[in-house]
Amino acid sequence: MADQFDLECRNVVKTFDDFTAVNDISLAIPKGSFFSILGPSGCGKTTLLRMLAGFQAPTSGDILIKGASVLGVPPNRRPVNMVFQHLALFPMMNVAENVAYGLKRRGVDKATITQKVNETLARVGLPDAGPKQISQLSGGQKQRIAIARCLVLDPAVLLLDEPLGALDLKLREHMKVELKQLQHEIGTTFVYITHDQSEALVMSDQVAVMNAGRFEQVGAPQDLYYNPKTAFVAGFVGESNRWHGTVEGGDDHKIEINLASGGKVIAKRDGQTNLVTGQGVDVFVRPEAIAIDGTEGADNSLSAKVDNVLFNGAASSLQVRELVTGHEMTVALPQTGAFASVKAGDEIRLSWSVEQTRCFASTEGGAGA
Amino acid sequence: MSKTASITGGSAFRFGLLLLAMPLLLWLFLLVILPHMDLFLVSMRERISYGKYEFSLINYIEFFAEPLYWNTYVRTAVMSIFATILTLVIGFPVSYYIAKVMRGKGKNALFLMCLIPFWVSELVRTFGWMILLRESGVISNFLQWAGIADGPVEMLYNDAAIMVGLVYTSMLFMVVPLVSVLDSLDDSLIEAGYDLGGNAFTVTRDIVIPHAMPGIASGCIVVFMLTLGNYLTPNLLGGKDSLWFTEQIYTQFITRFNWESGSAFGFLLLILSSAIVWIGLKLSKQTLSETVG
Repeated sequence: MADQFDLECRNVVKTFDDFTAVNDISLAIPKGSFFSILGPSGCGKTTLLRMLAGFQAPTSGDILIKGASVLGVPPNRRPVNMVFQHLALFPMMNVAENVAYGLKRRGVDKATITQKVNETLARVGLPDAGPKQISQLSGGQKQRIAIARCLVLDPAVLLLDEPLGALDLKLREHMKVELKQLQHEIGTTFVYITHDQSEALVMSDQVAVMNAGRFEQVGAPQDLYYNPKTAFVAGFVGESNRWHGTVEGGDDHKIEINLASGGKVIAKRDGQTNLVTGQGVDVFVRPEAIAIDGTEGADNSLSAKVDNVLFNGAASSLQVRELVTGHEMTVALPQTGAFASVKAGDEIRLSWSVEQTRCFASTEGGAGA
Repeated sequence: MSKTASITGGSAFRFGLLLLAMPLLLWLFLLVILPHMDLFLVSMRERISYGKYEFSLINYIEFFAEPLYWNTYVRTAVMSIFATILTLVIGFPVSYYIAKVMRGKGKNALFLMCLIPFWVSELVRTFGWMILLRESGVISNFLQWAGIADGPVEMLYNDAAIMVGLVYTSMLFMVVPLVSVLDSLDDSLIEAGYDLGGNAFTVTRDIVIPHAMPGIASGCIVVFMLTLGNYLTPNLLGGKDSLWFTEQIYTQFITRFNWESGSAFGFLLLILSSAIVWIGLKLSKQTLSETVG
């Protein structure tokens, strides 16, 4: 029942004057999971998080923590704690005082505070950092102290507001793994908001993709990547080649589409019975789903000319231009050695299957969803 | 070769630096060091007869022997400290409101409202207070009209009037450094304080005030020095009973034409302000360089 969930939102709406920042969001986060909210900047994810923390009140709807409504409960009485975007460690206190701050406010006695602070610092891997000043810590260490400062209070839910944003790339990659591991070890429910899809996909049990104040899709990372339910999710999560076209025909399993740029592709229907002949659609194909010099008889195939070889180790890709229409595409270039000789100006044959082709009612076409 | 080149290069560099620093050095020497040296020398001599002087500590001895002098000295210090504290207590919430609560246009408007009184001279502002506070003034008339007072009420020429004038005169010099230091406080630090269980009092005590400490210290130093060295406000609002130490100095120099004694008093005021600022910095654990920078 309700108490299985650490955090629940029921039809939460937040409006600022005429602007609706969060539009009818419902979610339920099971105990001990890592839940991410992924969306572009301005999609309302920070507003949602601030409502969970208690810094803003929803216009309508209800927020429940461990089954009890927290509407009207100020941030200092909510059993949630927040790791801020720029961490917000108190520079006027040393590390131990930062971690002890919340316990002191609760009136815990000194011996217990010292013991708990030491335990928590050990848990985040910085047992000797206590007497250090905040300015003496590296970016990754600050990160861990900010988390320790919240964890020492045993919150029901830990909210994280893009805390990796300020770190350099290498450290960010490292912290992603570390954060996931930490969450796994301590078992606290994490709600993590980010605009970086890689962070969300790598760390989360569940990801909610948010756009314009609404959840587009909630699911496991694999789900979002392989079975996007909307054009926004298909375009936002992972790389995609995108075409615009109109539905020409098809059956229960596949849809034939005439591309606006010329040519024809066949896409998976995926239960979308609303797509009828003549409707505008967006077609998405992942770069790694396209085979170079594919076998004859594939569902979709076309010829293209290589514009550029973008070498980036295992993530190398080709920028190609379709011979007939001139449509630009990106194709993953497997570094198995088989295509080592491909260079700019080469003509190649590309193919991919129906299963790997998604289409969604076009957002620009005006035909409606 | 290279050695001589580097030597001439070095001296040219040093000469350029000297030239650049010259206005500052001249300013320091001519306007700060030289007058104070002369003040010191004048204060250490005694006039024997016309144009004849002798080294003596008589001026300083006189100061300690005459209770009026050092009573005024101590009173001025205590009143100045009190005025500084009062300015801080009133200025801090005002600054916090301007820096952290107001947004956009309202913030600038409010800040400007603090600034506007300073567009007219201190003399005019002080006369403004006199119009309000005197026996035939606005407040006195209002009280009589409202039936609260039976006759004219004199609110000028007491310590409260001096204090009101001093705090009003000093407010801007407290608000400006406080607003700038509070502006630099990241809102998320305050939010983090609340998020971790703090309330308005503990967040202010543990996060806002420690962050604002350099601004508090620099505001207090400026306000204290201005107050201690103020002549106009205590004189006009306090009348002949104001007993402000700068008035004693004025009297020595202008009325009694006793430059020796006046110089000694001036030097004692310098020592007083330096000592109290030093003690204040020690108590608030600030350094002068941190406060000024």
